[in-house]
Amino acid sequence: MIRFTAIRLVEIAAVVVLMSFVIYALIGLMPGDPIDLMRQADPRMSAADVARLKAVYGVDQPLFARYLAWAGQALSGDLGYSRLFAAPVWSALLPRLANSLLLMGSSFVLALALALGLGTAAARRPHSRFDAAINLFSFAGVSMPTFWLALMLILIFAAGLGWLPASGIATAGMSNLGDRLAHLVLPVATLTLASVGGYTRYVRAAMKEALAQDHIRTARAKGASEARIILHHALRSAMIPVTTILALSFGGLVSGALVTETMFAYPGMGKLIFDAVMGNDYNLALAALLLATVTTLLANLAADLAYGWLDPRVTYR
Amino acid sequence: MRLINVFRYTGTWRGWWRRWLPALTVAGLLSAPAMGEERESLTIGITQFPSTLNPNIDAMAAKSYVLGMALRPFTVYDADWRLVCLLCVTLPSIENGLAVPVDLADGKKGIDITYTIRPEATWGDGVPVTTADVLFTYEVGRHPESAIGNAELYRRITGIDVKDDKTFTLHVDKLTFDYAAINDFVLLPAHIERAAFKEPAQYRVRTRYNADPTNPGLYNGPYRVSEVVAGSHILFEPNPHWAGPPGHFKRITVRAIENTAALEANLLSGTIDMVAGELGLSLDEALAFEKRHGEGFQMIFKPGLVFEHIDLNLERPALADRRVRQALIMGLDREAISTSLFAGRQKVADSFVNPLDAGYSAGTPRYHYDPARAAALLDEAGWRAQGGGLRRNAQGDTLLLELMTTAGNRTRELVEQVLQSQWRKIGVDIRIKNEPARVLFGETVPHRQFDMAMYAWISAPEDVPRSTLYSSEIPDASNGFAGQNASGFKSPEMDRLIDALEIELDPMKRKTLWAAVQKLYATELPSLPLYFRSDTFILPKWLKGVGPTGNQYPSTLWITDWTAQP
Repeated sequence: MIRFTAIRLVEIAAVVVLMSFVIYALIGLMPGDPIDLMRQADPRMSAADVARLKAVYGVDQPLFARYLAWAGQALSGDLGYSRLFAAPVWSALLPRLANSLLLMGSSFVLALALALGLGTAAARRPHSRFDAAINLFSFAGVSMPTFWLALMLILIFAAGLGWLPASGIATAGMSNLGDRLAHLVLPVATLTLASVGGYTRYVRAAMKEALAQDHIRTARAKGASEARIILHHALRSAMIPVTTILALSFGGLVSGALVTETMFAYPGMGKLIFDAVMGNDYNLALAALLLATVTTLLANLAADLAYGWLDPRVTYR
Repeated sequence: MRLINVFRYTGTWRGWWRRWLPALTVAGLLSAPAMGEERESLTIGITQFPSTLNPNIDAMAAKSYVLGMALRPFTVYDADWRLVCLLCVTLPSIENGLAVPVDLADGKKGIDITYTIRPEATWGDGVPVTTADVLFTYEVGRHPESAIGNAELYRRITGIDVKDDKTFTLHVDKLTFDYAAINDFVLLPAHIERAAFKEPAQYRVRTRYNADPTNPGLYNGPYRVSEVVAGSHILFEPNPHWAGPPGHFKRITVRAIENTAALEANLLSGTIDMVAGELGLSLDEALAFEKRHGEGFQMIFKPGLVFEHIDLNLERPALADRRVRQALIMGLDREAISTSLFAGRQKVADSFVNPLDAGYSAGTPRYHYDPARAAALLDEAGWRAQGGGLRRNAQGDTLLLELMTTAGNRTRELVEQVLQSQWRKIGVDIRIKNEPARVLFGETVPHRQFDMAMYAWISAPEDVPRSTLYSSEIPDASNGFAGQNASGFKSPEMDRLIDALEIELDPMKRKTLWAAVQKLYATELPSLPLYFRSDTFILPKWLKGVGPTGNQYPSTLWITDWTAQP
């Protein structure tokens, strides 16, 4: 297992290096550079200003030379400076990362808890009315556009009832926990409702298959309680495919949710990555995307390791 | 409605529960005070968050808007589009002796202009605003590595003489009619920023406006920044060292909500009090909002200087013919577009000069919808109608033009479809090909890879169209594709008029030159004028004194006029 983990870590490092170049090159291939974007905002900027600023920002150099310069800097721990946020990359990134982890983490845990409950309940009584109702709920969640759901929640709970704030992460000048939580409710509800349907379907399918296995029948024949059968025997088997899905979703924890963040004016990683890519902020886009890549890869490694715990038949070579 | 207010979130859960629980049992509590009744705070919604608060790095509408409350430029154009002093005592002029034309060594005319900083002007930490700040700002502006965006003004200032702590004279190497306008010369506090400028190349990184934006010494306006949550909001509080008339509000929050549907919902929920016209809803969205909720708000539609037009690539054989260009504009019913899509709130443009501008000429040729005349002009130009209604020339080529605009801009895409249908009626086939803004403005327009491109020019009052109509401003490899004359318009007469206009000090003679420029533009039609955009301000009924300018200087510069009335 140690050898397996070491090999995978080396693979992850290789993928990260490759991805850093691919991301840099892809952003570089987009038309225009940061100074061209500046020029749009100020038509009076002269050709001399444009040339001067391109030199100041270093975008007059060939793409590969810029990448090598960035890589050299990054290896020494300096991820550079974000042009869009006018701050060192880590200063721009960390508050947004914290916001995203809070938002995505809360909705992830909530959605998972709901999905485990609903999916298991549906699997226990397949094709019943209860199962049909959960299926309907799941498909509704999956099919509802996130922006529409977000807007409806804002209109009902903020504009209509006035119970919750409609946007932002906190009331200006106020930093108490209650205020932060109040601002989290609607975006978390949006993301939870949008993702719980998909997870529920996976859990239902996995649990239904698990409940049909021989060892469950044997457990029932031995008189094990339903709770023990579900929690101890079936859930463990069912978690193997679900773990794969969850591991793949992990990258989302740090890459944020662009639509939800935009609708709730929530400063998270999704909006940051979008703005960084569209604004040709290489340093910031690279750091954010690589962080998401590394998180996804590590989550998949963790999932691979978890398979061995969930299913003793799995061996690592 | 009262019930809703009882439940409305007011910023703390403790406060929410305090209202909510009694409300369930005691109907009398329906009269509990509604949010915002004290009205000492104001929350403004805008659609963009500024990337930096340094006034001289990166031009950005959101930054101008928020800094309007906290920094005083020397001069700006006010709501009547007149140049006024904000940080200076008197606007220099040749008549009052504060501006003196001089002969330069190269035989050209320059000008020496003397300004006096308001005696009471003070930074938010109590340090007076002085000529030391002027000299420091000049040093930063002129340094090639300091990342100042538009350095033209600093290049034109050849030197500064300091008379005392408050008075200085600028030596400018060109005498232009707008010599007194130093709008881009926004002072930086030398006592704070000098340390960040030790390494000029690092200034954009180290400026305290980024590293320590709540430092009160960075601001000299009626308000100062007291909290910045990047991407979310900026909080302003009164500047205790402001000696001018105080602002009414004790707290002003500017909240960035990029999605306009969410912006509307925030307004309706009371999370924000108003939507700024400078960075708010598009006109069609505002008109729809007015229909649904207009009664509850003040809606101000302010025609402005943003000029929507269609650039025509004059290198394309069909568009090189003036008759075709004139036919295209006569084939458009712009009045109908304005009426049906914008409720007549966006006036049809005759040229790039707004009717509210001092340079506007009523004698500018005006094109009305005349499809018969448009068809005749196309016939004359050799484009004859064939079967199916489309036109072909003698070589058998169809009159097919590609129309581009910024993908995702709903208003422009809507207009585009109307244009396509109207031009089809005179036999011009239009293929719509839209691109994201960064592709259109980063690649297609500068490299002139278009037939027709619909977008907007942003200008100032009496803004001489050098960058957009002068022949040397055609973008090409020699100027790094940096010019703004994307049509490729070359006219020695226009060049002469622009040169003459810039240096004409006599307002009457200048008016004549402006008229000639507009006439030439409207005759040659290097671009098709559509309309001037209107900004829509959605304000609560209790807010008074907001004066939209319609130019690039935001209403927040006059924040001390804003009051809340019961």
